[in-house]
Amino acid sequence: MYIIIVGGGKVGYHLAKALLDEGHEILVLEKNPDTEEFIRNELGSVCVRGDGCEAATLAEVGAGRADMLIAVTGDDEDNLVACQVAKHKFNVPRTIARISNPKNEAIFKKLGIDVTVSSTNVILESIEEEVPTHPLTHLLDIRDKGLEIVEVKILPESTTVGKPVKELSLPPQSVLSLIIGKGQKPRVPTANTILQAEDRIIAVISPELEEALRAALTGT
Amino acid sequence: MKVVIMGCGRVGAQLATLLDAEGHLVTVLDTDAYSFRRLPPTFNGTALLGDGIDEEALRKAGIEEADAFIAVTQGDNRNVMAAQIVKHIFSVPKVICRIYDPLRRELYSTLGLEAFSPTTIFAQMLKEKLES
Repeated sequence: MYIIIVGGGKVGYHLAKALLDEGHEILVLEKNPDTEEFIRNELGSVCVRGDGCEAATLAEVGAGRADMLIAVTGDDEDNLVACQVAKHKFNVPRTIARISNPKNEAIFKKLGIDVTVSSTNVILESIEEEVPTHPLTHLLDIRDKGLEIVEVKILPESTTVGKPVKELSLPPQSVLSLIIGKGQKPRVPTANTILQAEDRIIAVISPELEEALRAALTGT
Repeated sequence: MKVVIMGCGRVGAQLATLLDAEGHLVTVLDTDAYSFRRLPPTFNGTALLGDGIDEEALRKAGIEEADAFIAVTQGDNRNVMAAQIVKHIFSVPKVICRIYDPLRRELYSTLGLEAFSPTTIFAQMLKEKLES
């Protein structure tokens, strides 16, 4: 695959390196001459100095035949424009933008960017996972269905401990897929499965109902 | 008419001053309070510190009731992003943005933004002056 990366900072550099290792054709566009030289020295001639938001630069590097453009500069507005120029001027089939301000996620989606990755949210979620008292963790987004997979921990003080699944007032369309009990094999919960302290429940839910799901499962 | 102007540089400040003098309700947004020095003492509008690519800042500037929005910061991409937010999310009836880069201007015009490139306009004007 031919992939253009806009922005050769830390994210751009490591992304380029990983994608090169996978055998893709990579081109990094970077404005800063020092950074451009660094990438050339480290990865070979895969970096061109230029502004990835400029149609002229993108034309020069053959954006017309690119399979994907990934914009990972530190500025949300630059990433948005790079993706839009790629999409609308060069018909690049897939565009991915890094977002620093999580608020921009909805805006980018509305403006036609295929995939957004919010670095701030990713960091927040990783930290959340490491905070043991936090009962709900995001595991995966199923973007095209508007759903997510989450993990809810049943704490010893949860009022739902000892109750069967059928007695919980779960929000509609929530699916409990798996229960991983302490020292037990993972199992698929049924209506009669009894919740126990330290159980970890993997569930599918729409993002706006996750709080309701957490409340139903932990009883608080 | 209620107008929100993003960017209080020379163009933004002058436009704000002209519209304000005609009795329009003007709010100017800039990320640097020092830029507001360009507004005259007689300016009756609002000068608001904030970033026009931030929905919250736009709301504070009264974008929901605005009749027009003008994006004239130094950054083409900031202007483009703000203009698209205002047009597609807040549905302001008149949205104009400045894009220095002629190619980018062309692209966003085809995408439905009312965009002007001072580069193209000024170069054209100079050419006409030389030919006359």
